[in-house]
Amino acid sequence: MLLRSILPLSNRLPVLIKKGSEADLFLIDWYDKQAISKLRTKRTYRHPVLDRELRYRRTIHEAEMVSKAKEAGIRSPYLYFLDTERNEIIMEYIEGVNLKTVLSADLALELGECIAKLHFKNIIHGDVTTSNFILERLSRQNNTRLAIIDFGLSFYSQRLEDMASDVRMLKEVLNSVHHELFDQAFSNFVKAYSSFSPYERGKKVLRKVNEIERRGRYSRIADSY
Amino acid sequence: MLALGIESTAHTFGCAVAEMKEKRNGTFTILSDVRSSYKPPEGSGIHPRDASRHHASVCHRMLKQAITLSSLKMESIDIIGYSAGPGLGPCLRIGAVLARLLSTYYRKPLVPVNHALAHIELGAQLTGARNPLVILVSGGHTMILLYLNKRWRIFGETLDITIGQLFDQFGRSLGFSSPCGSTIEKLANESKREYSWIPYTIKGNDVSFSGLLTSALKRPKGEKSDIGNTCYSLQETAFAILAEATERAIAFTNKEEVVVVGGVAANRRLADMLSHVCSRHGSKLHICPTRYAGDNGVQIALTSLIDHSHSKVSIAPENGFIDQSWRLDSVNVSWR
Repeated sequence: MLLRSILPLSNRLPVLIKKGSEADLFLIDWYDKQAISKLRTKRTYRHPVLDRELRYRRTIHEAEMVSKAKEAGIRSPYLYFLDTERNEIIMEYIEGVNLKTVLSADLALELGECIAKLHFKNIIHGDVTTSNFILERLSRQNNTRLAIIDFGLSFYSQRLEDMASDVRMLKEVLNSVHHELFDQAFSNFVKAYSSFSPYERGKKVLRKVNEIERRGRYSRIADSY
Repeated sequence: MLALGIESTAHTFGCAVAEMKEKRNGTFTILSDVRSSYKPPEGSGIHPRDASRHHASVCHRMLKQAITLSSLKMESIDIIGYSAGPGLGPCLRIGAVLARLLSTYYRKPLVPVNHALAHIELGAQLTGARNPLVILVSGGHTMILLYLNKRWRIFGETLDITIGQLFDQFGRSLGFSSPCGSTIEKLANESKREYSWIPYTIKGNDVSFSGLLTSALKRPKGEKSDIGNTCYSLQETAFAILAEATERAIAFTNKEEVVVVGGVAANRRLADMLSHVCSRHGSKLHICPTRYAGDNGVQIALTSLIDHSHSKVSIAPENGFIDQSWRLDSVNVSWR
């Protein structure tokens, strides 16, 4: 692409740091700065029409949402460049550890705050797994801060149903992969989520989560009331 | 140890005799495996009452055949396993009645088996997978599972209908009789392969197929080529959703093995897509052999053998329950 060719790119080769489910992440040099290149590569098993559409839509969406999240007061990567032909996003490299590896009950509080703030701005993350959060080390204060990455499945919505599906997804992840932490972590998440949500919304969203679970297969209807 | 397995969760009634030497990893031999499936009239689905009538009318014959083919006597069977759920109540009851009867009359231990667990155990046994990510795709389930701390935990599942129901309900609208998966696969293969957009829904790790169904039902059905293309587009979209969900699960859990079980495991296109996904992430894909992918008595016999040899648990015939909503993630797995 023309634009790419006139941009000064470093000679250093991109380093693959994560082979994700829908995109590959590379660590690259961007104007002498470390950056992340998120490349949505072709999936040959998908029909080409479907494949092109999905990759294109998600790339554009993600670029928009990753910036909009900042309006909600959320730490997310800064967008450097968007290439809709290659379906590539170049963004800030946030240094830190993946939440999946360090999750604790206390961090679940922060998680609840983050999601509540996003929902307050009607942003639905759509992919609330613990691996989509980075615990960023703030060098000056010797402190940490939670950053959200990966907005590929995000969208705007005011519906309780969509907010609840974010919460339910996290619940499912906690209950499977982090199941030894589940009780404490989820109750902390709920506590923080409710206190950072507008009046009664926390309660309403949780009721909706129950409703979604009741719709699930072989769910015990009597248990959820 | 010898087990008689009785399966009756949905349209299939099956009896099987199987043997396992020593404990788990011991040799497992299938001595007999007989089945009879209820065929609903064209254009309609499984009616639980009609299916249970079918089961009631064939169960004695199936039992007799299973015992005769194994060249054993009922007396030499050690345990009786039956599928206790999840499934259709009236159908489950037929299997449970038979199991309770045999257990009382011959004084054999009775072992209730979770049907979804049975799918997994047989798939793992036949493919030799040790610690896999399991994709359970059938008329009753669409789940991505991983084993963790004594239970199979659900990583992602369908939020509404299953993939089997998607194909069945669409197929029925065209006048086929359930299960319609193979007919739809055939029509898709014979079509001109013109893709038209069908809603693609993936909600985090979960999937949803009801929107696909609505969209497919609204497509024109006049020409044969229209139907073929809809079948093709429907399959492409639904399997792409499943493939992406699988890819997400592999990327998150780093599992090196993937096992596909359940009736839909027989679909070639799904296998093809999943093999791409697995090779991309360096995982090994195992597909349960078609004959044992769907419902059968062997899976019940095997699971009861494994369960009983480890936990020594059995129940008294009067406690032989059925549970239509026996969720897999509530079953304690003592042997893995």
